[in-house]
Order: sequence, then C-alpha cells, then structure tokens
Amino acid sequence: MKRRNFIQQTTAATAFISLGGLSSLAMAPAYKKHITILHTNDVHSHIDPFGPDDARNPNMGGVARRATLIEKIRKENPNTLLLDAGDIFQGTPYFNFYGGELEFKLMSKMKYDASTIGNHDFDNGIEGLYAQLPHAEFDFISSNYDFSNTIMDGHTQPFKVFKKNGVKIGIFGLGVELDGLVTKKLYKETQYLDPVEIAQDMSRKLKKEQKCDLVICLSHLGYEYQHDKVSDIKLARATENIDLIIGGHTHTFLEKPTVETNRAGKKVLVNQVGCYGLYLGRIDFFLDSKNNIEANGVKIAV
Amino acid sequence: MIALKNIGILAFSLLILNSCKTENLRLSEIEGKRIAIDENQQADAEVEEFIQPYREHLNKTLDSTLAYNPRSMNKSEGELNTALGNMMADIVMQQANPILKSRTGKEIDMVLLNKGGIRSGLDKGEVNARSAYGLMPFENEIVIAELSGDKILEMLEYLERAKTAHPVSGIQIEMNRDFKITSATIQGGEIDPERTYFVATSDYLQQGGDNMNFFQNPVALYNVDYKLRNAIIDYFQKTDTIKAERDNRFIRKN
Repeated sequence: MKRRNFIQQTTAATAFISLGGLSSLAMAPAYKKHITILHTNDVHSHIDPFGPDDARNPNMGGVARRATLIEKIRKENPNTLLLDAGDIFQGTPYFNFYGGELEFKLMSKMKYDASTIGNHDFDNGIEGLYAQLPHAEFDFISSNYDFSNTIMDGHTQPFKVFKKNGVKIGIFGLGVELDGLVTKKLYKETQYLDPVEIAQDMSRKLKKEQKCDLVICLSHLGYEYQHDKVSDIKLARATENIDLIIGGHTHTFLEKPTVETNRAGKKVLVNQVGCYGLYLGRIDFFLDSKNNIEANGVKIAV
Repeated sequence: MIALKNIGILAFSLLILNSCKTENLRLSEIEGKRIAIDENQQADAEVEEFIQPYREHLNKTLDSTLAYNPRSMNKSEGELNTALGNMMADIVMQQANPILKSRTGKEIDMVLLNKGGIRSGLDKGEVNARSAYGLMPFENEIVIAELSGDKILEMLEYLERAKTAHPVSGIQIEMNRDFKITSATIQGGEIDPERTYFVATSDYLQQGGDNMNFFQNPVALYNVDYKLRNAIIDYFQKTDTIKAERDNRFIRKN
C-alpha cells in the first residue's frame, strides 16, 4: 500500500511540474531530491552468467548485463552512487588467471564509486591486492583495517563524502575480523579494529562534522550470526548516525532491505544481495527541506 | 523488473530546483528493492567485447588437453577407498614430498584428505585444467603436519567413526565388519606411539575442517606453498594416461 501511495504521489508531482508552474514551485519547501544507491556484494569473480544447466542459478548474473542495467538506472537518475561491499575476488578461474585485474577493470568501466574490502580480497596476499590497484578507478573505503604497517598503507580511505545534487553522502567501510578466516601470511600486519567503536566514531564525524545528509556503511561483517560475532544487524542496533548498511560476507539474499532501529530510536536500513552478481540492490532516498511525513519522519517503502 | 516511474522527468525538475539553496535537507522517503540480473537484461556490447579476449585465453588454457583418462571415476564407487580418492591422495604424496624434502630434509609418511573435498568426478576421455578446477575449486593449500603417535591413534579413531572413503596414501588400514581397525601400518611399519609422523593434508582440514581435530596443535606444521589444485594440474601435465585403481589400502573385511 505504501509503495503504491508513493508511486501515485510521484506521478502527480511530475504531472504538475510538467504542466508548467515551475517558477512558483521552485522555492516550494516540499520538493524532493532523489538519490539512488546501487550496490553489489560478494561477486566473487563471476564475470560470465551462469549457464542454462546450472543447478542453482541457471541463466543468472553476468557483468555485461549488470552494466546495461546500471546504465539504464543512471539515465533515469544521474544522482546515483554505485557501491560494492567486498569479496570482489575469488570464485572463478578468471581470478586464478588474472589475479583480479579483469574484475577491477570491469568495475571501473561500470563506474563504481567505491568498494570496501572483503576477506577474500586478500586471497592473493595483501601484495596481490596492492598489485591490482592500478586497475581500479574507484576508491577503497576501509575504516577498521589499519594498514599502516603494510604495503596498502595510504591506498585506502577511512571515509569519503560524495556530493550529488547538493546532497552530501558520507560513506565509511567495515571489514570482518581476519584472524581465523584468512591465513596471517596473506593479510600480514593488517590490524583489525573494533567495528562498532569505529562505526560510532565515523558516523558521528560524517553526520555532525561533515554535515552529511546520508551516512552509508559499506560492511563486510556479515548479516547476522547465531553466536556473538558482530554483524550488520548488531551494528545497526548499536550505533546512532547510520542511515543504510550495505552488507556482504554471509551471502544473504534479502528480497528487500531489513529495517532496524538504532540506539537513538531511529530507523536504519540493512541490505545485502546474496552473491555472484545475481542481483543488483537498489535503494532510493528522497530528501526534503521539510520533514513532515509520519511520526518518525521517514516513510519507508520496502 | 524496474517499476516504471517518471524519474527522468522528476530528475530534470530537480536540476532546475537545485538553483535555490537548500538548508537542512531531511530524509523523507526511502524505497528499497533488488533487481534480478537475468536474461531480461541485455548484455552491454562494449563490456562483452572487453571481456572476450580474457575469456578466450582462459578457455583455451583450461580446455587444452593435459592427460587421458581411460575410465570414468567418481568418489562414491567404493566403500573405504576409490580410484579417484586414491589418485588424489597419491598426487599429494608424489607432488608435495619432493618440496618438503628439499626444504626440510623430512619426508611425508602419509596423506589424508576428505571425501567431501573431491568436488566432482573425472570423466573418461581427455583431461584438462578445467577438470582440476572441477575436482578442486577451492584454493586449499597442501600442508604437512608433524603428528605424535598419539594423534595418529586419534586419527584412526576418527576414521572408525567416519566409516567413509577419506582418501589416504602411505597408510594401510584394515577394519572388521563393525568398522573397528584390526591393523594399521604407515610406510609398512607398525604405528609407534613414541615417534612422530609427517602427515600431508589440506590447510582446510588441518585447521579443523570436517572435524579432523587431531590435526590441531601439531608438533610442527610445514607449508609447501602449493595449492592442491596446482598439484593436480602438474600431475596431469606430466601424466600421459591416468592409472588410478581401487586397491586394498583402506578396506573392511567381513
């Protein structure tokens, strides 16, 4: 119902504008800015689509198809960010043959804006990741891996602020604990820092100091666990200034984003689109200069 | 799959609206969904063209013949040992032992893998690198754990419980009809609880995969920096016709 509502509203607004009252509308307080976030995770070197005989994902995936879809959405809304939540590497012989070169080049062609780093991105060692960086024309955002004593030092950013149509979007990135998951000789002196502490610090900085309108966490922590391990769901509940967590690692296929409530009682979206480039996640944010919809202020149609 | 909304027009109108300075932008609505990447999305021709030379090179390399396999094999055609499993374990012994020996002067006494780790069969006919990727899609490396005699006994108890054709090499095991071990020898000798044995396996199993806990806290652990799959490819490369047999290395007697 909510969704239908929204579509009707959009159509109405569009019709109104195209009918002409542009000048009078221009300063109207209730107009909307529209930001589209597209995202993938755990693509694992799946360049080609699965074949028709594949037992689990017949005819699904494929980078060239994803490229078409992304382009189409960018044409609809130029104010689009394209993000990845890590584990770009490992899973098909493309990685074994070319070490991730093709993955990075294709992501650059599709104009990815940023990615965080997954555990499998260390599979050719931290040197293997470093060696492919020249092929990546997008940023690696990692806030809780301290790379200072490694070859990756200075090649990642703790956060990045994008500005689209006057909307400031702050992005930070979280990686999973490597000890026990990746052989130490691969990740070397990379230090894993507590994701919740870092997230609190980063999101506060982005919201309060950088005055971001939207704060997005690119996470490779995993959606949820039966045991104690920190996850996207735990992170959403334990922090305050995050609007959207784009997750990965657990290959969780969510049909739509999960809505969680954060420590301050505000809504946080958590999304993850499985793996292997079978789906593209899409989140549309509409921003107002006036906040008058529903008690919580945000109408969420998912 | 994408809901058709006049977003293009809306975006256009926003461009015009952008001219006035906004303050205190607030989130008012969020919409979220996923879009399937399937046959309904046409492949981007330029991206496709960019991938093509990579794909061709990869396929050419993966599909070039390395060896000949005279008989189709799978991991389930024997109770406690199979031709395919024996081939895998023997490959590890043959390919990794020279590396361990040159690095440490030690020699591998036996190999233990897991049946679940064999991810495909091996069809009769030409064998290529793609076959090796099928058998071993994971990046597991060969490691050699130096285990005490006590840990070897734990390993035997594990095999009694597992009752399955985990691939082995260098060890000879006989069980009775109740899967109790009646004899076990390594390199032809009785197992000596006082000495240590060099057991080659995958890093996955050494780290507790398939509950092989006896591999944990070994006396010493040796890396040979050799992926299991690469060992298989190297073996295929130097082999003309594969001769893998089911034999009596791990059997049950009624």
